[in-house]
Amino acid sequence: MIRDITLGQYYPGDSWFHRLDARVKIIWTFIYIVSLFLIRDFWGYVIVLVTLALIIGISRVPLNFILKGLKPIFLIIIFTFVINMFMTKGTPLIEIGFLTITKEGLRNAFFMGTRLVLLIIGSSILTLITKPIQLTDGIEKLLSPLQKFGLPSHELAMMMTIALRFIPTLLEETDKIMKAQMARGADFESGNIMRRAKSLIPLLVPLFISAFRIAQDLAMAMEARCYRGGSHRTRMNGMRLRKRDGVAALLIILYLTLIIVQAQGILSLLMMSVIQLIQAA
Amino acid sequence: MQIQVKNLYHIYSEGMPYESVSLEDVSFEIEKGEFVGVIGHTGSGKSTLIQHLNGLLKPKSGQILIDGIDITSGEVKMSDIRRRIGLVFQYPEYQLFEETVHKDVAFGPMNLGLSQEEIDIRVKKAIELVGLNYDEIGQRSPFELSGGQKRRIAIAGVIAMEPEILILDEPIAGLDPKSHADILEMIKVIHSVNNTTIIIVSHNMGDIARLTNKILVLDSGKLVMVGTPAEVFSQADYIESLGLGLPPSAHLMNELRKRGVPVSRDILNIDEAEEELYRLLKQIEGKIDA
Ligand SMILES: Nc1ncnc2c1ncn2[C@@H]1O[C@H](COP(=O)(O)OP(=O)(O)OP(=O)(O)O)[C@@H](O)[C@H]1O
Ligand SMILES: [Mg+2]
Repeated sequence: MIRDITLGQYYPGDSWFHRLDARVKIIWTFIYIVSLFLIRDFWGYVIVLVTLALIIGISRVPLNFILKGLKPIFLIIIFTFVINMFMTKGTPLIEIGFLTITKEGLRNAFFMGTRLVLLIIGSSILTLITKPIQLTDGIEKLLSPLQKFGLPSHELAMMMTIALRFIPTLLEETDKIMKAQMARGADFESGNIMRRAKSLIPLLVPLFISAFRIAQDLAMAMEARCYRGGSHRTRMNGMRLRKRDGVAALLIILYLTLIIVQAQGILSLLMMSVIQLIQAA
Repeated sequence: MQIQVKNLYHIYSEGMPYESVSLEDVSFEIEKGEFVGVIGHTGSGKSTLIQHLNGLLKPKSGQILIDGIDITSGEVKMSDIRRRIGLVFQYPEYQLFEETVHKDVAFGPMNLGLSQEEIDIRVKKAIELVGLNYDEIGQRSPFELSGGQKRRIAIAGVIAMEPEILILDEPIAGLDPKSHADILEMIKVIHSVNNTTIIIVSHNMGDIARLTNKILVLDSGKLVMVGTPAEVFSQADYIESLGLGLPPSAHLMNELRKRGVPVSRDILNIDEAEEELYRLLKQIEGKIDA
């Protein structure tokens, strides 16, 4: 039950995108997120959707697996949609009691909702096609220039690695304890908020104890292997940029150019004239 | 028939790239009052199977009938099922959470909605039954007990619910010999006093052979053998090919047989082994005399 959360999971595979250097993928994700806020109109979404479709198609991550990741934030999306729909002023379309839906509101709601969905799909693709270890290695490498200014990039990356590594373990632990308490008649699903909060105690107490035990064991195991943090540590698999990473960089630049062009409104002008040409012919 | 399992299938993480079939076409029956052992090497699906029996896991297909009622159909109330079928998990000591031993053991009975007096009686009885002194330990924190004591308290927490069917997943894993013997003794008492049906998962073949009257053998999610201990362990080569061992006496006899000593296949315990060796010695003496 609780293990069905796919947000932040890795989907094993061996596609071109899986094999890209993590740094390239992280930079790509940043550019992608920024690009979502540069979208002006319909054509911008076309660019983004085509790009996403290509990535998903080539990396062979099943679409329903990605959509499952949206489930936990479904409420937030609906909320954004509704708020935008009712709260934007403009030409009224429908009036229900004291609520009015405006044309602009509908447009806004649609754009904001889509933007949120695209944001989450895009960033979950990063974790879906990148091994957690490579992801944190990539972050460490990207942050390492900031070491000069006192940023402990190795420690940060190590903390992230450990956190990522133990998410499944903790979920497993939660699942186990939940089942054990359910076997003793615990009920996590019914009752009002107070009752439900109280019913979590038999779950949370053992979970915290487990978490501390796991942390202690890990610290001990790391110390036993003489781990001493940042400096002078080398990697077993060094990160090296390859030809495909260069290709990817070019593709990112192409994408960014397209987005900037449409942000200036040039693309829609261009498309309009193409359509007019076709209609004229 | 108290428990009837028909064509049970279960798949973990269905639809994910790493989905794994953990139970495949499992069918068996258990009568009231039976003492059943479940064996199989690690990852063979034992824990998965027993979690189906009280509705904690839902099968992909197949049926589980408890006294003729299908618990896989959505209509039965899970609380009724869990009242009747007690499940002690692998390493149950990690589920303790209350301030005192008394409160922790009372958690299950309280969820059953019993009266306070009834709860107190049951808690006391359960703690004494697992071989601990209630007056000494009842008001202490469960977290300051030793590992073996914690295990006993956790088991008491399920026993206090007085289920008709008690399922235990490796209840003796990692215990010292004394606790080991105590806990098995306690399970035997529960079995004989209330005619409680017992299902026990264990890697200790000696215990399984000695205690149970029926054994289910699992291998990669399939039920490959059902039978009495004698029937199961007489297939020594097959059992060993599944990565399982034999009870100590059966193991000794099997090794002797491999060396060419003509001993019987049906030896399960030390008494039978002793008799068999006497028989053999007499035979040899007879030959020498003749
Ligand atoms: N929650 C889960 N999610 C995914 N796979 C699981 C899960 N629990 C168990 N499995 C897999 O199902 C199979 C059966 O596991 P199960 O825990 O039933 O084995 P077991 O016979 O109890 O083993 P052990 O003797 O080690 O306790 C294993 O291959 C295991 O990897
Ligand atoms: Mg198990």
